Amino acid sequence: MTGHSLSEGFSCPLPISHHEAIMLGHGSGGAMTAELIQRVFLKYFHSDGLQQKNDAANLAIPDNIHRIAMTTDSHIVTPLFFPGGDIGRLAVCGTVNDLLTAGATPKWLSAAFILEEGLPIAVLEQILESMKKSAEEAQVEIVTGDTKVVERGKGDGIFINTTGIGYIAENFQPGGEKAAPGDAVILSGTIGDHGMAVLCARGELGIRADISSDAAPLNEIVRNLQPFARSVHVLRDPTRGGLSTTLNEIANQSQVGIELDEKSIPISKEVNAVCEMLGFDPYTIANEGKMIIIVPDEIKQDVLLAIRRSKYGENAAIIGRVFPNHSPIVLLQTNLGTHRILDPLPGELLPRIC
Amino acid sequence: MNFIEDFRNSDRAKKLLHSIHSMTHKKWVIMEMCGGQTHSMMKFGLDQLLTDQIEIVHGPGCPVCVTALELIDKAILIAKNKNVIFTSYGDMLRVPGSNSDLFSVRAAGGDIRVVYSALDALQIARENPSREVVFFGIGFETTAPANGISILQAKRLGIQNYSVLVSQVRVPPAMELILSSPDNRVQGFLAAGHVCSVMGIEEYVPISNRYHVPICVTGFEPVDLLAGIFETISMLETNTWGVKNAYSRSVSEKGNIEAQKMLDILFEPCDRNWRGIGMIPMSGWRLRSEFQEFDAEERFHVAEIQSKESEQCIAGLILQGLKKPADCKAFQRECTPQHPLGATMVSSEGACSAYYKYRR
Repeated sequence: MTGHSLSEGFSCPLPISHHEAIMLGHGSGGAMTAELIQRVFLKYFHSDGLQQKNDAANLAIPDNIHRIAMTTDSHIVTPLFFPGGDIGRLAVCGTVNDLLTAGATPKWLSAAFILEEGLPIAVLEQILESMKKSAEEAQVEIVTGDTKVVERGKGDGIFINTTGIGYIAENFQPGGEKAAPGDAVILSGTIGDHGMAVLCARGELGIRADISSDAAPLNEIVRNLQPFARSVHVLRDPTRGGLSTTLNEIANQSQVGIELDEKSIPISKEVNAVCEMLGFDPYTIANEGKMIIIVPDEIKQDVLLAIRRSKYGENAAIIGRVFPNHSPIVLLQTNLGTHRILDPLPGELLPRIC
Repeated sequence: MNFIEDFRNSDRAKKLLHSIHSMTHKKWVIMEMCGGQTHSMMKFGLDQLLTDQIEIVHGPGCPVCVTALELIDKAILIAKNKNVIFTSYGDMLRVPGSNSDLFSVRAAGGDIRVVYSALDALQIARENPSREVVFFGIGFETTAPANGISILQAKRLGIQNYSVLVSQVRVPPAMELILSSPDNRVQGFLAAGHVCSVMGIEEYVPISNRYHVPICVTGFEPVDLLAGIFETISMLETNTWGVKNAYSRSVSEKGNIEAQKMLDILFEPCDRNWRGIGMIPMSGWRLRSEFQEFDAEERFHVAEIQSKESEQCIAGLILQGLKKPADCKAFQRECTPQHPLGATMVSSEGACSAYYKYRR
């Protein structure tokens, strides 16, 4: 990664405190950048890594850790704030949940910001506050970062990239290629909440609905899976492209078929109603606080109970099974007992005409 | 009443299926007229539940699919214009024209925006007085009132930077075309519920009588569709015909009279090309002369252009119920939702797209 550390030194005594919005100078790498970091970013983030004020964080790893997981994700969303979350919470939870899918214990995050000229500092602070709270909840530290500023019109207010590192335990290494015929598919809660909350918040469709994003760090769910560590075959968070896209990825990686039972898939009445109205398939709508857990059939009830005891796992359900198939496929058994294919989202999500 | 669960209730569906099967003694071919019905058939797998004696074929009722190729090409030409904000229902962006599609124009810098209604497009025109805002007004009788009201409003408010590329089509002439074809196999129709919500059911009576064909106005949920099939089969098996209404919670005999009055003020019938089928006499609506200032074809001088269809696509035969998507050599090979050769693979209401999505 190029760029400078959030803690880059103070080089020129220019006052910026009277600026209420991001200016190009805040990305210069000079005094304005330094003051922005000191007065705004360090107000919210104060990990040891940042306090070292070096270009890279120096981090200690315990002797018993031999493997780490590393992942990165860039976050863009309009609007920046929506019911149930904001871009800051997404930036933390998205990367934390990706680490969790590797069975890892999330430890550290980097945070790189691309700010658009004119972004109110108050808005930036609101996002940083949300990142701070989400990071505390997810028990991760933000240890290094970067800021750049682009001219007005060349960004969407703020883009955030986060990279995460977590510890991997020897006995807990799930993977998308490990789904086996006979396994049960468990989902940690309702689908479609995040995508529909953001869509409604955009206000373009003139729909007002009581739907909140599910953006959340799922540490507790994965922690409560520890007793079953060796038996957890797959952990995967169904984010963009929704449940059907993610299950198709797993079916492809493991070369199996996956059959879901429509009536067992948790979905809120509000999400279902808005999807019906717009002609969207809720199985292709994004989630930001859900986990798919694939385990052998014989332990599915115990695993389900463990997930339901966890924060954000209260509505978990067994939604399907893995079966042997000569080509990867995801099938849905409908309430009428018929079958249909669940395909990945083909491209942009478009509302129907009539 | 719960408009989703009550009409997806599996007990109600099973009872209707039992009634349909116990009265069906001969083989019948029934066409559903609306793309929404095609989509529901496949989504809920109703064809898997029906006896082999009942064949459901899919009619030309997907507005995206039947929009003439030359209109897509005209839309692309207009949208390339730097001073234009081109607005459209989302599905139209993926439909292939002769050489390009609207998505590609957008990627190349065209200002193309997806709207959910024509009134949103009009709002964009009010907010951008220095730009020309064009709405792609496609669809059947269902979308015509909502598309049309934007033109009446624009006239009332004196908004001069708004125009509509009109591609409105009407169902009854297409039904007559299918019935009068020497190759016709269709013996009964499920008429399109939402079209009839606007237009009522009276215009179908002469068609039923002239061709001795049963027609049942039908909705879109599994129980609605099975009720429509039940009514149609019951007429076929007793050698009777007429127009029945199995979607009375939305459709009245006279339809939406206010909407019809408005359509009459705005539009007059005209011949129109249907993609894959060809010209159907008096099957379209165009703006009356007093509203011509809002006609995007006039404003942008795109009346005469040359268009060329993919040679592999058999959408025309599918739309007339003569072939099914799986009969096409290009289906899921050269032609997929990511790389559609014809419009029937694009729209969520298109028959090829429904088969690709739910059944392969």
